[in-house]
Amino acid sequence: MAAFTIATGTGNWFSALALGVTLLKCLLIPTYHSTDFEVHRNWLAITHSLPISQWYYEATSEWTLDYPPFFAWFEYILSHVAKYFDQEMLNVHNLNYSSSRTLLFQRFSVIFMDVLFVYAVRECCKCIDGKKVGKELTEKPKFILSVLLLWNFGLLIVDHIHFQYNGFLFGLMLLSIARLFQKRHMEGAFLFAVLLHFKHIYLYVAPAYGVYLLRSYCFTANKPDGSIRWKSFSFVRVISLGLVVFLVSALSLGPFLALNQLPQVFSRLFPFKRGLCHAYWAPNFWALYNALDKVLSVIGLKLKFLDPNNIPKASMTSGLVQQFQHTVLPSVTPLATLICTLIAILPSIFCLWFKPQGPRGFLRCLTLCALSSFMFGWHVHEKAILLAILPMSLLSVGKAGDASIFLILTTTGHYSLFPLLFTAPELPIKILLMLLFTIYSISSLKTLFRRSFTLVAQAGVQWHDLS
Amino acid sequence: MEKWYLMTIVVLIGLTVRWTVSLNSYSGAGKPPMFGDYEAQRHWQEITFNLPVKQWYFNSSDNNLQYWGLDYPPLTAYHSLLCAYVAKFINPDWIALHTSRGYESQAHKLFMRTTVLIADLLIYIPAVVLYCCCLKEISTKKKIANALCILLYPGLILIDYGHFQYNSVSLGFALWGVLGVSCDCDLLGSLAFCLAINYKQMELYHALPFFCFLLGKCFKKGLKGKGFVLLVKLACIVVASFVLCWLPFFTEREQTLQVLRRLFPVDRGLFEDKVANIWCSFNVFLKIKDILPRHIQLIMSFCFTFLSLLPACIKLILQPSSKGFKFTLVSCALSFFLFSFQVHEKSILLVSLPVCLVLSEIPFMSTWFLLVSTFSMLPLLLKDELLMPSVVTTMAFFIACVTSFSIFEKTSEEELQLKSFSISVRKYLPCFTFLSRIIQYLFLISVITMVLLTLMTVTLDPPQKLPDLFSVLVCFVSCLNFLFFLVYFNIIIMWDSKSGRNQKKIS
Repeated sequence: MAAFTIATGTGNWFSALALGVTLLKCLLIPTYHSTDFEVHRNWLAITHSLPISQWYYEATSEWTLDYPPFFAWFEYILSHVAKYFDQEMLNVHNLNYSSSRTLLFQRFSVIFMDVLFVYAVRECCKCIDGKKVGKELTEKPKFILSVLLLWNFGLLIVDHIHFQYNGFLFGLMLLSIARLFQKRHMEGAFLFAVLLHFKHIYLYVAPAYGVYLLRSYCFTANKPDGSIRWKSFSFVRVISLGLVVFLVSALSLGPFLALNQLPQVFSRLFPFKRGLCHAYWAPNFWALYNALDKVLSVIGLKLKFLDPNNIPKASMTSGLVQQFQHTVLPSVTPLATLICTLIAILPSIFCLWFKPQGPRGFLRCLTLCALSSFMFGWHVHEKAILLAILPMSLLSVGKAGDASIFLILTTTGHYSLFPLLFTAPELPIKILLMLLFTIYSISSLKTLFRRSFTLVAQAGVQWHDLS
Repeated sequence: MEKWYLMTIVVLIGLTVRWTVSLNSYSGAGKPPMFGDYEAQRHWQEITFNLPVKQWYFNSSDNNLQYWGLDYPPLTAYHSLLCAYVAKFINPDWIALHTSRGYESQAHKLFMRTTVLIADLLIYIPAVVLYCCCLKEISTKKKIANALCILLYPGLILIDYGHFQYNSVSLGFALWGVLGVSCDCDLLGSLAFCLAINYKQMELYHALPFFCFLLGKCFKKGLKGKGFVLLVKLACIVVASFVLCWLPFFTEREQTLQVLRRLFPVDRGLFEDKVANIWCSFNVFLKIKDILPRHIQLIMSFCFTFLSLLPACIKLILQPSSKGFKFTLVSCALSFFLFSFQVHEKSILLVSLPVCLVLSEIPFMSTWFLLVSTFSMLPLLLKDELLMPSVVTTMAFFIACVTSFSIFEKTSEEELQLKSFSISVRKYLPCFTFLSRIIQYLFLISVITMVLLTLMTVTLDPPQKLPDLFSVLVCFVSCLNFLFFLVYFNIIIMWDSKSGRNQKKIS
């Protein structure tokens, strides 16, 4: 019987959690899926049926390839499995093809790729040391972190209902963070470089990586007061980091450089024609800006300050994806958003440079970079809030202060994802899952830190620095 | 209780699994002219809303009994009426007389699924939560884990939210009855159980244990004093609840008889379709359904049923205890399932509910039984295209039980409550020490057989000459398992002695 237990792998609580959430994902297979489903089917078709030179030029479908080359290669590999499920989905002209086998294949591919995410969560849990807190399993930080990451509401509904492949990408990011915690900086840098070439949205957090690696890895020692010791600069390390990034980029963009397609690839990756805000406004600063502009224009019209003929015809709330002019307030250009974002991340970058606090400081900076880019970025999707929520989860089981910020961030962030699922049958699912995650996160973090306040020793849990 | 938030999370998980299963197909989806149980429920809303009470159970031009005539007691009819009022408010086309036959739409499916969820949330789920909270001698964590396992039981979820039925209402009422009777609120418990019987007549499978337990309690209190008073009160409650439910049908003798005829269709034969009971399995070798005349079949099933459940019931009257009551519920319902007349495969749920209640006492055997009970309904579930939810919910249930109860570490004789039995056997056979080993091997064989049969049914086509081969095999294997469980549960009941009950439970 013991052998049976080991064979089923359920003696271990982590496996039980991972298996449980995987089974839940299987139950979500028949739910509503968004146009992103067709997007990925189209990319399977493009990468399977067409030569590389056509990948970034193909435009039969409106959902053109706009992710970096590694993702295209990933779709290419998937397409070779897809052909055993339903050959028809690989036809570029089969727009909106969604037979039951296609659905099954696509959903299973997302569920399968989440294996990487599960592995990354396991590695992150190893970085936490929760010896001081209670002995009961459900109150250990490792357990709470595993649930917060594996059963994350946002990831569940975006990946397994709305349909995307964020699971394994966040797995790569969490794995690179874990490697940085474990002082395996080269691996961390390599993983992040690979991640960038899978989905370039992670550029949002690249400054944090760059500054941290430069400051804490390339400068091998600090002065006693913690400030920088210029003499400890290691050229070897800088060169090796640069080499890693260069090699990864060469692997990714090399073929397209050889085909002279780099401008086309970049125009696909960074489509600035898409407008300041997405069709559904991400709840960021520009949403407030737009709303203010609208309110002022309505007031202006009423008070006859504005001439109705001068108002541009297109409205920002029409749900279309295009560029607009603001009526009352000055219009916002991509450069303006970049400057705003840079100003917003400057404080945390400065702290990371002048007063590095090890991997935990890096994680804070990363979360702040993600949040700042979310707030001030150009054409931000509401799904980008996950970029801030998931790293913040790692911080939340460390300190009580972080936990309370995390709870506010995660509850509002997840609530802001509600408009993604607007169909009636999915309404109970999103409410139930949201309640599940929110109640668990609030109650478990409260229990975790209520105990530590009663301890004589310092509150909180030390990050386990493996040196 | 402390850790209320964990119990809330368990209930939310249960609700999420239920709703996601309900996104799948239902019985008879897109299959005119008869469709399935889903259409039957919709049709009952149509009938109860549009026709006067007197015509509900009678054949007429407006109410064709051949097309899903009402064959459940009045409480189901009243429930359908209530749902019909809501349906009228949203979209009258759903229940329009005659024209709404075979009505299928996304909105209607959403409505019907919501009615099941609400009924479940109001009746069954609170009963489960309260039952787990009232369990004695186990830690809070185990109570919550127990609730999780009961709420994740696949059989009920798949039938109610997949195939489409309202078993959670009758099972919920029965559970309230068990709760009331176990906690000495005998009157409320009896009332709840009467409501259960008046919702679905199959709850009569549980009636004998309730009767015996309450009778035993009356005897214990002394028939000359308090016991007699209790007996009279119980009788009044039962009669009153029946009268209240059947009031519109007691006005004429013909009404009452017609309802009874619809509830107990003795003309329909020993069994219908493939079901995992003795008669169907026996029929494979010897076609008793065709050989024996109808009244002989009736008498035969009656005799076998009562002979198999009599020992446990008599013991319950003589030694009424909460634990004995629950085990007698199991064995009684199982006897009825295996030997009774006109049993449907969904009736296994009537056995599964009591087994869920003893999950904390014998986790290994209960988990095994509940897995087999889900497996026995495989042909039905495959017909409704519920393969994926079945596999997923079964695996989820299995994982939940294994992690909550560490069932594979609880296979010793004492854990299986077979200690007194094996001691008795060892008086005659001193070498009888390998009981738990045998049971572990039987479990392995059973699970492997079930997995293999499932794979075969899904992937292979049956041979031309035997088109029902796989369904019959499933029924036959399940029947063998159920016979083993019948023997096992009866052994526990008969060998359960007072000294055994005084021992501290290991949780």
